[in-house]
Amino acid sequence: MLANQIGYYSLILGLLSSFLLCAISIKDFNKNNKGVNQKIFTLSFLQLTFVVVSFLSLILSFINSDFSNETVFNNSHTTKPLFYKISGTWGNHEGSLLLWLLVLTLFIFLFLIKSREQPKKYRILTLLFQQIIIIGFFLFVLMTSNPFNFLFPTPNEGLGLNPILQDPVLAIHPPILYLGYVGSSIIFSASLAAVTQNYISKEWGQHIKKWVLASWIFLTIGIMLGSIWAYYELGWGGFWFWDPVENVSLMPWLTLTALLHCTLVLERRNDLTSWVVILSITTFTLSMCGTFLVRSGILNSVHTFASDPTRGIFILIFLFILIFLSLGIFFLFHKENNKDSNSFFWLSKETSILINNWFMMYFLAVVLIGTVYPIFIDVISVEKISVGPPFYHKLITPFLAPFLLFMAFGSKLKWIKSKIEEKKLLIMFFIISVTLTFIILENITTDLLFYTVLISAAFFLFFTTLKELFLKKFNNISQTIAHFGFSLFILAVLFNSILSSEIITNIKVGEKYNYNKSEIFFKKIEEKQESNFNSIVGYFKITDENSKVTWLKPELRFYNQPITITSEADIKTTLLDDKFLVMNLVKGNEYFNIRYQIKPFMIWIWISILLISIGGLLSLFKKKYEK
Amino acid sequence: MKNKLTLIILFIFLSFCFIIFYKGLSNSNTYIPKINNEKNIPVFKAKDFNTNTYIDSEKIFEKNSYYIVNIWASWCVPCRKEHSLLMELSKNQSVILIGLNYRDNLSNAKKFIYELGNPYTQILIDKEGILAIEFGAYGVPETIFIDKNKKIIKKFVGPINKEILDEINIIVK
Repeated sequence: MLANQIGYYSLILGLLSSFLLCAISIKDFNKNNKGVNQKIFTLSFLQLTFVVVSFLSLILSFINSDFSNETVFNNSHTTKPLFYKISGTWGNHEGSLLLWLLVLTLFIFLFLIKSREQPKKYRILTLLFQQIIIIGFFLFVLMTSNPFNFLFPTPNEGLGLNPILQDPVLAIHPPILYLGYVGSSIIFSASLAAVTQNYISKEWGQHIKKWVLASWIFLTIGIMLGSIWAYYELGWGGFWFWDPVENVSLMPWLTLTALLHCTLVLERRNDLTSWVVILSITTFTLSMCGTFLVRSGILNSVHTFASDPTRGIFILIFLFILIFLSLGIFFLFHKENNKDSNSFFWLSKETSILINNWFMMYFLAVVLIGTVYPIFIDVISVEKISVGPPFYHKLITPFLAPFLLFMAFGSKLKWIKSKIEEKKLLIMFFIISVTLTFIILENITTDLLFYTVLISAAFFLFFTTLKELFLKKFNNISQTIAHFGFSLFILAVLFNSILSSEIITNIKVGEKYNYNKSEIFFKKIEEKQESNFNSIVGYFKITDENSKVTWLKPELRFYNQPITITSEADIKTTLLDDKFLVMNLVKGNEYFNIRYQIKPFMIWIWISILLISIGGLLSLFKKKYEK
Repeated sequence: MKNKLTLIILFIFLSFCFIIFYKGLSNSNTYIPKINNEKNIPVFKAKDFNTNTYIDSEKIFEKNSYYIVNIWASWCVPCRKEHSLLMELSKNQSVILIGLNYRDNLSNAKKFIYELGNPYTQILIDKEGILAIEFGAYGVPETIFIDKNKKIIKKFVGPINKEILDEINIIVK
């Protein structure tokens, strides 16, 4: 009750401090004092505190199961474990918008502290642009999705959290993803401020790179967590489905990755300025666009909480105000550096980064069209189409092989002008990669040529980066690790898709099932009693062709209150593969239906994404940058 | 000059996007495609939700009755919404409801059915989403209406609502 009131009023106070901040900043802008007015720091801190208080009071309402709060009533239940009560706070539309606000205010406060060496006017303008975004979101929360709506009479019990959202990975997925997603707002504000001040320079590049890296790392890990959840919980038997929701998180990632590489050029050579600004604007715009697509109910997906057209219209108008504002500023203020811009020597790091950008733009275009095109068709004609994985696979995979080869070469080039060194070694690596791929693939796939090209390209990148890791004495280690991780990722994905196998059969206790020199033996079942359910545990002994034995114990649970049967899969993860077994009762006889899957190199997909993020982290904490 | 032109083109393009999105919002989530020549139902083999055995499509649609194929999944939020309407529809004896469980985790799907009730006479598993394509489906949820001649006469893309329910009830009467 009380928490409800406190939360609501501190939101309003937060909005008021936004207006105050704007007023003071505008007054301070033309004064000749050196640093930013101390009042601005204090107010920004106050604003952050208000949002934190509001967020904490919502968490408190969830912990206390205060069903007089509508959000809590809709998304919680008294019997839920404490952990899921807390994570339920951001597992719904209203709470997650509060999280948006929290990240927005947190980042601008951190920015003010961390940018003391930057020019005053630039800092104040960044603050102003960020406050525009913050005001927009405050209004959005207060007007259309207030998390503190009061219910009277107070219901006795809540409606509960969607069971598939009750998962430890999913509890931390939104906060991490948001740090990356919303974190890009500061890049947006800062680049607009820098454009108006004509401050896009080497110094600015070094300063903004840290923010780009931070957002990029969080976004990478956030996407990975979501994908891990989809793999274990949704049981679609894969980790990426080209679902619109996944796509909208991938799009800012692509632009952010391109932006990251562009800032590398900017901080050394003061070039590619237009690229940097446009990519900064696009990244945040795509984040907003993603929020719009997912929250407005224009697309149906796992993340559509509730479709309410007024919310959609609000975000839509706000989104386009931001787009037009940023484009206007870009065209009015941006001056292209006349200095030999974009006329690099053809064989240099700059060219390679430019090519990388174009690859990223291509991938972005594919994903964007695949996601938005159905909406356009729907509105313009009476037809309805849906775009599935084959579209993305067909358009992306052919470009993957040149992209990988290019990554192997490009990262070896030097700035300004370069020639390819170690030609013999590279050719040797290339021959090794092709031969190795051919030997591995010869007997297992029908689509030999296609996969050979792809996998040898990945192997080539793998070997060149591996060599660098061992020989180059940690010169440019962050890049090498990230690129090595990427090659590992592509290899894991490709081998996973080629080598996965599945067996579905009916089997009873004591029976054996043989296939390709392997054996599944159903040894026994054991009954267990827990407080709220009885369960049957099946003991399966799996002997593979090398007579290696794995035990898998899938479970069938019979809940008594209410009577529900659930089947819990058993997954054994090893470095080589994931073994996945699930069993189900077959009605009317003693047979059980089992589904046994082998998914090779599953864990390497996660490991490689972690490696990529570690590469980013190393770069973030690196004191001096390398030659 | 060149800059101005780019700006104008961009402005027009973005305004166009805005209008599209705006109209897309007010479009109802449910969409009823026109079916010009009535299509036959596809011939297929599918796995049953409860018994895990394969069944031929002829066996599924053997009765001389109206059929409704409803594509659903436990992860699909709008499916949860339309479920109560399906429960209501299942009381009507002259139509047989067939569920098509689309790209779902079996244990989650069972939880879903337990929680909200089972309106379906039979549920088929479509783990890879291939059967849904055979039916020419756009996504989840989707409801396909089949007449006594085993022709698809209507499709409802998106969650069904009260009006659609009434429409179905009138046709099968």
